[in-house]
Amino acid sequence: MAQPASVGRRSGDWLRDALPKLVLSPSLAIVLIFVYGFIFFTFYLSFTDSRILPSYGLVGFENYDKLFRLRAWGIAVDNLIIFGGLYIVICCALGLALAILLDQKIRSEGFIRTIYLYPMALSFIVTGTAWKWFLDPGIGLEAVVHSWGWESFTFDWIKNRDMAIYTIVIAAVWQTSGFVMAMFLAGLRGIDNEVLKAAQIDGASNWALYRRIVIPQLRPAFMSAFVVLAHMAIKSYDLVIALTNGGPGRATELPATFMYSYTFTRNQMGIGAASAVIMLMTIAAIIVPYLWSELREKK
Amino acid sequence: MAQASSDTAVRTGSATRFIIYTVLIVFCLYYLLPLYVMVVNSLKPLDEIRGGGMLSLPEVWTLAPWGSAWSTAQIGVEATGLKPYFLNSIIMVVPAVAISTLLGALNGYVLTKWRFRGDTIVFGLMLFGCFIPFQMVLIPMARMLGLMGLAGTVPGLIFVHLVYGIGFSTLYFRNYYAQFPTELVRAAMIDGAGFFRIFQRIMLPSSGPIAVVCIIWQFTNIWNDFLFGASFSDFSSQPMTVALNNLVQSSTGVKEYNVHFAGAIMAALPTLLVYVVAGRFFVRGLMAGSVKG
Amino acid sequence: MGFLDIKQATKSYGAVQVLQETDISVEEGEFLVLVGPSGCGKSTLLNMIAGLEDVSSGEIAIRGQRMNEVRPAERNIAMVFQSYALYPNMNVAQNIAFGLEMHGVPKPERDKKVQEVAELLQITQLLKRKPGQLSGGQRQRVAMGRALVRDPDVFLFDEPLSNLDAKLRVDMRTEIKKLHQKLGTTIVYVTHDQIEALTLSTRIAVMFGGYVQQLGTPKEIYDNPANMFVAGFMGSPSMNLFPATLADAGGTAQAEFTLKDGGTGVLPIADPAIVKHAGRKVILGIRPEAITDPDGADRNSKAIHQLEAQVEVTEPAGSDTFVVTEFGGKEITGRFRADVAVQPGTSHTFAVNMEKAVLFDPETEARIR
Repeated sequence: MAQPASVGRRSGDWLRDALPKLVLSPSLAIVLIFVYGFIFFTFYLSFTDSRILPSYGLVGFENYDKLFRLRAWGIAVDNLIIFGGLYIVICCALGLALAILLDQKIRSEGFIRTIYLYPMALSFIVTGTAWKWFLDPGIGLEAVVHSWGWESFTFDWIKNRDMAIYTIVIAAVWQTSGFVMAMFLAGLRGIDNEVLKAAQIDGASNWALYRRIVIPQLRPAFMSAFVVLAHMAIKSYDLVIALTNGGPGRATELPATFMYSYTFTRNQMGIGAASAVIMLMTIAAIIVPYLWSELREKK
Repeated sequence: MAQASSDTAVRTGSATRFIIYTVLIVFCLYYLLPLYVMVVNSLKPLDEIRGGGMLSLPEVWTLAPWGSAWSTAQIGVEATGLKPYFLNSIIMVVPAVAISTLLGALNGYVLTKWRFRGDTIVFGLMLFGCFIPFQMVLIPMARMLGLMGLAGTVPGLIFVHLVYGIGFSTLYFRNYYAQFPTELVRAAMIDGAGFFRIFQRIMLPSSGPIAVVCIIWQFTNIWNDFLFGASFSDFSSQPMTVALNNLVQSSTGVKEYNVHFAGAIMAALPTLLVYVVAGRFFVRGLMAGSVKG
Repeated sequence: MGFLDIKQATKSYGAVQVLQETDISVEEGEFLVLVGPSGCGKSTLLNMIAGLEDVSSGEIAIRGQRMNEVRPAERNIAMVFQSYALYPNMNVAQNIAFGLEMHGVPKPERDKKVQEVAELLQITQLLKRKPGQLSGGQRQRVAMGRALVRDPDVFLFDEPLSNLDAKLRVDMRTEIKKLHQKLGTTIVYVTHDQIEALTLSTRIAVMFGGYVQQLGTPKEIYDNPANMFVAGFMGSPSMNLFPATLADAGGTAQAEFTLKDGGTGVLPIADPAIVKHAGRKVILGIRPEAITDPDGADRNSKAIHQLEAQVEVTEPAGSDTFVVTEFGGKEITGRFRADVAVQPGTSHTFAVNMEKAVLFDPETEARIR
């Protein structure tokens, strides 16, 4: 019965009939220009010899060619794979585990949920600042443990080229895992209790119950969590800036920070645009199928 | 939603329950730790922090770091504290949230109650706009703001946030209005109400819950934004997040960790406050932004 | 020309035609019920009359004025919706007055009219309440009040009783009928409930598959269904329909069909004109109340015929007992008086009132006369 409430066209009062579309049109125009027009513009720039300012001399795939030869880009992509992979897996695992534990008729569940979720309300800059100093070996965790008497304890990942990327994972997981927990919790609450009761009567243990009945039914929640987390990982910028500013050296460079520094501080706009295009393509590959299926189901 | 039913068929023994509670409490500590670190260290003198006492309570309680962060700390080249930037953020957030919410409500209304051929495509286009990496629009937007004479100004930031906020507010209102009975709109039509009258008299009075969700979402997102702030503001128009980052990253002089922590809490306070006061709506907004429908 | 004219109206969405060419002329004061299963096009037709959906071709006219291009608000109609569609943010009085307000009626006059209507519907004590605080029946009254206050040319009802429980539905049905008799307004009423259609209407349009299958008074529809769909849809329990063969029995026709025990049942056809169809296979339609125990048969009928058949199931329903047997391989329900002793598994005499029997073509499902 999804029939339009629209009354349709009537001759004579053109304005009244066009009104809904007129109301929508500024937003549509904004989206067409500032999203799609700009995407096109950046896409175009990625094929030009733009440096400090946009320039319109076409150079073909030269920027992409250069981009993939750049060591900094290679590091950024490798880091994204490490960061994104760990971030998604840990958030999902931790989120699911906490959701299942919280779903056991826990007293003051609401209070605990509030604590798990509040990091999501913070800016990544705040999160980054807090973790930056907490992980700093000079004053943070390492210094604290030293002051407790364990002098040989070292935890200097944030200053260590090989380990710094994992500190980004720690802070990002801290910020988002509570939210993933909430998504899974909503999924758990959506499962029909009678099915669980039936499974218990069939003799399923708690472990089997979750593994065979509950978790398979959380597929949509997994899908959503994956899409949200993947998209956040690719866009991650603020957290890196606040926590390590890309360093030490380039050890925590991600595509988002790469794009910014090449475009605005190194004056390689063409290469910056090319890296943005790669980012967009990656996100689109994840988001478009998801939105497509969501919007189609609605019909 | 999460509060629908807390009834689980799963039964657990008391030993298991003890373990469950222990794990849950340990994670409470994990999530609270950074907040604790920020609060405690913003209230103690610098030498206590340097001495490896980051986790201990202050021996000497002091509000000096707060005062410094608010009004005297060195941000970039000027020793203004965070106060002007806090105000920048407020001036930026209020109109951006108000306008994008209103436009989202109107769009949602048109897309559900005045449907037309291709409306799903229009909505899909808007929705995809929510998810693009904003790196893709930084270069042209910088040019555009220059052309509009808004480069490096707060109105410029308002404009940018408005433009990229429309998609999400439209999403919220569309999904909400899709559940709103179309018969009410039809009844109002027969009663003689037109497009705007129906919106104002029938739809808006029932939109309270979703408006709260949308406002909280937009407020949190815009307040917490860093990328646009860093790209499109100059020293006088920086939002709070950018100023905080400048404060923390400044390479000159002594690192005043306690001032940094106080500043971080200041930057976090408005959104934390919203979360504590209206957490239910905040969570609903997060959910709706990820699990559509 | 009637008061409300539907002339060759059709409705299609793209290539799908949901309403086939329809002609209905409604007189002033008539109570027309559009009845049919869901998806038959009845609600579409109602929405077209209301102006909520465009007319693809043809015309809708009220008082001789073409309405196709007129907005719903300007057609001088009122509508009662299935969900009642009460504005949740307004109280009852505001709900009722909203239409008047939109039409620029000044406040004192609005208040007066709301009072009148509230008294008529006995909802005066509810005027300050919000719809959320009302019971289903009360909401129903408010929805009717909102329609009545406009004093429209035509009232449109879209399944107004389907959200009420069984008892309340019967009460409200009576109430609507009383209102119609008192006010003499023109009503078009959509329902899928054939009992509502029969009890309320002055005329019924039975719809199916986008076509009006039959348009007529309740009696015409009930006694003389135009085709098998109408025969089966109207009446509860529904009409028995079973295959039979027509034979010429010395100038009159008789229907022959198999019985459960392998024997042949024979029932003479009352209408002498049917003999010209001798030899044809037909579907014979007989309503349950025309199949009774011998003593319960209609004394005024001149065509009661008795036959023996095996009783399969009995379903006592208080005032009557429904007795199930089998004619021509189909389950047949008869309506016996409650105090007749009938045992399942035994043979019993059934009295069939052939004056009420109707014949259909098995291929076209149309009536054979």
